[in-house]
Amino acid sequence: MIKMDEDLCKGCNICTEFCPRKVYEQSKELDKKGVHLPVPVNEEKCKKCNLCALMCPDQAITVEGNEE
Amino acid sequence: MNDKTKGNRFMDYLRRERMPTIFCAGCGNGIVINTFFNAMEMAELNLDNITMVSGIGCSSRIPGYIKCDSLHTTHGRPIAFATGVKLANPEMDVVVFSGDGDAAAIGGNHLIHGARRNINLTVICINNSIYGMTGGQISPTSPKGSFGSTAPYGALETPFDLAELVSAAGATYVARWTTAHPLQLSNAIKKGLQNKGFSFIEVVSQCPTYFGRKNKMRSPVDMMKWMKEQSIVKRKADKMTEEELEGKLIVGDFADRSRPEFSESLCELVNQKCQEGSPEAIKSAYKIKL
Ligand code: SF4
Ligand code: SF4
Ligand code: SF4
Repeated sequence: MIKMDEDLCKGCNICTEFCPRKVYEQSKELDKKGVHLPVPVNEEKCKKCNLCALMCPDQAITVEGNEE
Repeated sequence: MNDKTKGNRFMDYLRRERMPTIFCAGCGNGIVINTFFNAMEMAELNLDNITMVSGIGCSSRIPGYIKCDSLHTTHGRPIAFATGVKLANPEMDVVVFSGDGDAAAIGGNHLIHGARRNINLTVICINNSIYGMTGGQISPTSPKGSFGSTAPYGALETPFDLAELVSAAGATYVARWTTAHPLQLSNAIKKGLQNKGFSFIEVVSQCPTYFGRKNKMRSPVDMMKWMKEQSIVKRKADKMTEEELEGKLIVGDFADRSRPEFSESLCELVNQKCQEGSPEAIKSAYKIKL
């Protein structure tokens, strides 16, 4: 399970770009802070490598479960 | 590693009430925070035994978000303060967070002398090639020809190669990576934490707000892709000519060696002099007749 803390995310898109499985997509709508939040639309492809959590500069991502 | 109540992998180490951080969206500072924790876990160090020292600049605000003892000191001086902390309590793991302006401009002397002494500190220098906090002025590491608010026609000067500089000054562990290499960077910080001596990890990082905007790389992702593409590992670079390396970022280990460490040598000297009953070296200064 991928959880996103919307209060912490600043919408930088680093996760969208660097996830090797292209799990995230940027949402079309702006949230209340004016940010395009990433959405894990392809979550079933996630390998739980945790790279996104290591690269998110704002500690907004939690990937639950261990690497497959 | 993560259970359901835990949330983000690194949140336990952070002062949640102060977040989100003051850093701009996509700033590299946050990635360095994560890689530091990753390295700390790999090196099996305890945050309770770590003291963080920083100077002035965006990256120097990092320790303020971390649940450990920290000192936010004057501009350019974190290594001097950290030297004091280490000598007062050599058992502490002392980590310095600094930027290119802080460590290489105003604090350049402390940097080379810390390396010369080989005092056991781990210095993480976040090099974003510009002064971010004060509005995008050119720093000693800004690439030649890059733009900044003080270089509207492009920087004329040749930048410092920090990893080479600190290595030449005598540091025993030196590495350079970028924020686009989080795994290699974590590993380098781990080695730095484990090295008994002066360790210097240069992290080439993105400041999208100033460096990016002034140099036509608007998004943090553009900057990170650029860093990744320009990077070439040291082993390979050593076999290339200067022309071939033009504009490249050399990454990897620059030094990994051992030599006597300063706080240990000092403790040994104090012990020895105290056992002899009279710290002669200290007394003699008073005995001299002028
Ligand atoms: S854990 Fe790995 S595969 Fe899964 S979303 Fe994050 S980066 Fe992508
Ligand atoms: S990397 Fe983090 S802050 Fe950036 S868009 Fe993804 S979740 Fe948000
Ligand atoms: S000004 Fe630059 S270095 Fe400072 S927080 Fe913003 S992006 Fe980061």
